[in-house]
Amino acid sequence: MGRITLDKVTKSFGEVNVIPPLDLTIEDGEFVVFVGPSGCGKSTLLRLIAGLEDVSSGQIRIDGKDATDMPPAKRGLAMVFQSYALYPHMSVRKNIAFPMKMAGLPQDEQDRRINAAASALNLTAYLDRRPGQLSGGQRQRVAIGRAIVREPSAFLFDEPLSNLDAALRVGMRLEIMELHKRLDTTMIYVTHDQVEAMTMADKIVVLQAGYIEQVGSPLELYHSPRNEFVAGFIGSPKMNLLRGEVAAQHGAATIGVRPEHLAVSTSEGQWPARVGVAEHLGSDTFLHVHDHGFNDAPMTVRVDGEMPVKHGDRIFLTPDPSKIHRFDKQGLRI
Amino acid sequence: MATKASRAAARVMISPAVLLLLGWMIVPLALTLYFSFLRYNLLMPGMEEFTGWDNYSYFLSDPAFTAALTNTLLLVGGVLLITTVGGVLLGLLLDQPFWGQGIVRILVIAPFFVMPTVSALVWKNMFMNPVNGLFAHAFKALGLAPYDFLSQAPLLSIIGIVSWQWLPFATLILLTALQSLDQDQLEAAEMDGASALSRFWYIMLPHLARSITVVILIQTIFLLSVFAEILVTTNGGPGTASTNLTYLIYMQSLLQFDVGMGSAGGVVAIILANIVAIFLMRMIGKNLEA
Ligand SMILES: Nc1ncnc2c1ncn2[C@@H]1O[C@H](COP(=O)(O)OP(=O)(O)OP(=O)(O)O)[C@@H](O)[C@H]1O
Ligand SMILES: [Mg+2]
Repeated sequence: MGRITLDKVTKSFGEVNVIPPLDLTIEDGEFVVFVGPSGCGKSTLLRLIAGLEDVSSGQIRIDGKDATDMPPAKRGLAMVFQSYALYPHMSVRKNIAFPMKMAGLPQDEQDRRINAAASALNLTAYLDRRPGQLSGGQRQRVAIGRAIVREPSAFLFDEPLSNLDAALRVGMRLEIMELHKRLDTTMIYVTHDQVEAMTMADKIVVLQAGYIEQVGSPLELYHSPRNEFVAGFIGSPKMNLLRGEVAAQHGAATIGVRPEHLAVSTSEGQWPARVGVAEHLGSDTFLHVHDHGFNDAPMTVRVDGEMPVKHGDRIFLTPDPSKIHRFDKQGLRI
Repeated sequence: MATKASRAAARVMISPAVLLLLGWMIVPLALTLYFSFLRYNLLMPGMEEFTGWDNYSYFLSDPAFTAALTNTLLLVGGVLLITTVGGVLLGLLLDQPFWGQGIVRILVIAPFFVMPTVSALVWKNMFMNPVNGLFAHAFKALGLAPYDFLSQAPLLSIIGIVSWQWLPFATLILLTALQSLDQDQLEAAEMDGASALSRFWYIMLPHLARSITVVILIQTIFLLSVFAEILVTTNGGPGTASTNLTYLIYMQSLLQFDVGMGSAGGVVAIILANIVAIFLMRMIGKNLEA
């Protein structure tokens, strides 16, 4: 079980109001990702749910029970910190055993769970090492192991992979998803990373300055962003937002076209432009295009990696008409 | 200090300092050793003669020596106990956010800046004096007979005075150590269901172990040679009730003008200090590794 409901939750630090009244329901077994720009209150929200911060007003319910004033340990949630927060003077085994020791579980049950977690996370060989003698990925796995053995009703992750290198991050991402499928436990995951958000989430919550901009599945957010902010935030590289006459032609204040929805031709097309910097990724190339006549910022276009264009070339862009997003003056989707 | 080259370079770089310190130490040590085998009394100048181990056997068989040895260990042990326990508690207290934190922290450090003689005098005359002292007044106000601390519990009183001086040092070191503890660890422990007491016991105390070791080692060095506080308050008395080794050596060589015996006492003190040091390193030195 792990259904978490936030009801008009707010949080202020002194004068600063970080979370305005916020409602959110997280269903049992869901993988929910919080994304948003730095400082928008993702960690604060997670810490409110965990009980590490007190809410200023509003109510938090876990499985229907009012948990607003419960101490963290009583909420039955486990948290994995960005800094891992392992206990440096304890062996891996003791680290993983710590929550069970605090709960007073019998020793044989502790051993059973430690061994199960260690084999699931490939930690069996390291059980007697100290955290200081482990690599970053191994430390992260220990932190996850420490969370698993508590058999919590939900896991909270605060940017757990951001200290790892790219390759390891992909591996750990898959491991966490695998874990979610196996345990079928609610997971709330905070990240900066577009790819993590899109690939892992059942449901993405996009936050800005404490407000929820949109909640939805990754593809919902990608295909029909509710407003300009979500449109610009979800998707990598970012959506091109164009204003002025070209938008007016489509009956909107702003139109958005994703880099992957622009066709490029060297001979003909709707919008003439000039190629600036090209980022070659092998399979794809991201072109930064200037002189398109809309606004000063360059547009980004995704083309095939084989496309023979270089800096300074004249090209023509043609948007896929069915993939144009239209927004009104308030930035809301039309 | 990983590579061979850097290790060799390090050795070369520190050698001048080490040599200088060594010379500084060797000369007085050699002189003390030399004097300790002489019959050398300042009241009988020019009569120095070699006496072998006589000074040592007199010094060690003096009943005052056993008393002084016990007092030294009690003094060091007592002050260490009070300052580390008190330092941890005060550190925990000062680590909490409260109004006027900055001022209070400075005030707590203040006793450390008071010279030992001065603080001992203040304690003796202002607090512990059985007639005019504040404690005497407090006792009288409660309807109790005033207690003459320095003659009825001389060693305990000195332990109190010295602890008062060293508590700030311990508090300061342990407070900085507490502040360097990763907050995430405490929060993780909180989520793991650890009570405040368990968090202290399983997370904070192990984190403090290294700093406690440093506090104990540094304080031991200074506490073995406590002198001014005794001279000012009790003069080692009554009898030898508050005489420690340092004070005994002072009495031998400067009150009885027996330089030979004093030197022998000094050598004994050096040996004892080293024994204590070895014990300490054995017991807690491993905390400094890793
Ligand atoms: N203890 C605190 N006291 C005062 N302000 C705070 C405190 N903690 C966070 N804030 C403020 O609350 C806001 C949200 O912080 P939070 O840590 O939740 O951001 P975040 O979305 O997690 O950012 P990041 O992605 O950089 O981790 C920030 O503006 C921050 O300055
Ligand atoms: Mg954060």
